[in-house]
Amino acid sequence: MADGASGADVGVVETRFAELFTAADPLRLDSGATLGPVTLAYETYGTLAPDRGNAVLICHALTGDAHVAGVHADTDKVGWWDDFVGPGRVFDTDKHFVVCSNVIAGCSGSTGPGSLNPATGRAYGLDFPMVTTGDMVRAQRALVAHLGIPRLRAVVGGSVGGMQALQWALDYPDVVGSCVVVASTTRLSAQNIAFNAVSRQAIMSDPDFHDGRYTEHDVVPHRGLATARMMAHITYLSEEGLQLKFGRSLQDRDRVSYGFDRDFAVESYLHHQGSKFVRRFDANTYLYLTKAMDYFDPFPDAATAARALAPVTSDFLVCSFSSDWRFDSSRSMELVEVLLRHDKHVAFQEFTTPLGHDAFLLDVPPYKATLKAFLDRRAEVP
Amino acid sequence: MSAAADPHAAPRELREDQCHVFALIPEGARVLDLGCGDGALLAALVERRGVRGHGVEIDDARILDCVRRGLSVVHEDIDEGLAVHPDKSCDYVILSQTLQATRHPKRLLHKMARVGHASVVSFPNFGHWRVRLSLLLRGRMPKSRALPYEWYDTPNIHLCTLADFDDLVRAEGFAVERRILLNGRGNPMRSSLFAGWRASAAIYLLRPTAP
Repeated sequence: MADGASGADVGVVETRFAELFTAADPLRLDSGATLGPVTLAYETYGTLAPDRGNAVLICHALTGDAHVAGVHADTDKVGWWDDFVGPGRVFDTDKHFVVCSNVIAGCSGSTGPGSLNPATGRAYGLDFPMVTTGDMVRAQRALVAHLGIPRLRAVVGGSVGGMQALQWALDYPDVVGSCVVVASTTRLSAQNIAFNAVSRQAIMSDPDFHDGRYTEHDVVPHRGLATARMMAHITYLSEEGLQLKFGRSLQDRDRVSYGFDRDFAVESYLHHQGSKFVRRFDANTYLYLTKAMDYFDPFPDAATAARALAPVTSDFLVCSFSSDWRFDSSRSMELVEVLLRHDKHVAFQEFTTPLGHDAFLLDVPPYKATLKAFLDRRAEVP
Repeated sequence: MSAAADPHAAPRELREDQCHVFALIPEGARVLDLGCGDGALLAALVERRGVRGHGVEIDDARILDCVRRGLSVVHEDIDEGLAVHPDKSCDYVILSQTLQATRHPKRLLHKMARVGHASVVSFPNFGHWRVRLSLLLRGRMPKSRALPYEWYDTPNIHLCTLADFDDLVRAEGFAVERRILLNGRGNPMRSSLFAGWRASAAIYLLRPTAP
């Protein structure tokens, strides 16, 4: 269907791994440090066309991974954007060859602070070098080359993934056909950085953190990481969305406890989100990736923006959601403004929804329709 | 200004007034189309006249149409915004059949002058003899092909006559570089005699007079 609401699943998929840099030939990072070996975990869906011109790269958000769609045979785990990817869907695998990789510093198969540091024989922990959005994209560029893809039809990302997509368009203008930036921003505001700072503080002040060497103590800083997630999760939803979902309903009780139990359904929900998250995500990765977010600022001043955008030839689709207060529509408009100032081709749409920041992952039909139309059009126009 | 193209060369899917706007825009111009709708005019300009164009539209479904056409389009309320569009970033700012539906027409004309070097404005003439006659005889707000709405649900909140518009642009410091008057059948009028009565719609090409 035209709106991408139906379509078929991609079925059973598996995560694969590519060793892209070695100790002898390391990845050079923006900080000046080097990193090697570097492995990226990735998945692909659909078939690379004989002319290798139909690849679409998806960049995942803060806590995402390479498993965008389909199901893993061993765990039955379904991808985080499953209903967006498949034949006839937004990312139509009859048309596109879809690629997604776990970012460096990630914790889902790519080299990160949990990986073995060849210099010490122990996990990196906080010895892992600081990485930037530019570094993540540089590693992804190596993966794209490794897969034999000369040019990407589109690079697409929501939230932190949108920052990567924008970085792609700036750093590899010859490779990126179209750039899709959803629910994102060109820079974090003081409030955004403040939220990240509190998240990190929650993790680092957990007695089980052990300066990032918690695995060597057979513990995880689960209270800190869960608290970080609970707080962040509030920022992914809108006040209206939370109100609609929970209101003031009580959890498993008829009246308040006059104590510190989880009286309200929303409390219980957040606790559930926190403990679920701790089981799948690494605390150190959370520190590194939020820091990379904080540093992201490709257009710090007019002259830098002009330099960065001069070689950019891709067209852009920028999407925002009316109830997103993490990165509200004005943040997307800032991107649109700088793109228009440099005479770029840009389509911008704000979608009305109570779903908040999380809307970019969810079934918002007009959003899916626009995204699909933009990508399908790209499939028709070389 | 380069020679205007033949309006009959415009694609058939365009409205009559859009054909004349199409013909006004020279090859390769930079254009901003405010209230660009489904993007038919902008797409025609981009594809057939090599125009570098952007659109502004408020309606979700119409933006989807624009995206399908591969257009550069910003989801924006033209009454609120235009702030994302840089000063003098285009040659022509087009406002076709939209002026009468804006909350602040005067302010909008100045915003258009900030963004572009020239403005193309088309609007229905509320002074057309059918409108006048209708009001005179029926005593009710006129309805016509160009103005099909009931008074209580019309988007057209700032209707004006040719004379009203002439007064406004003169007072606000715009020169009328060209004016195309369309008769009741949508064809250009050869003479501007009694234009205020005879024109059912008009297309103005405006330029700010030197400050």
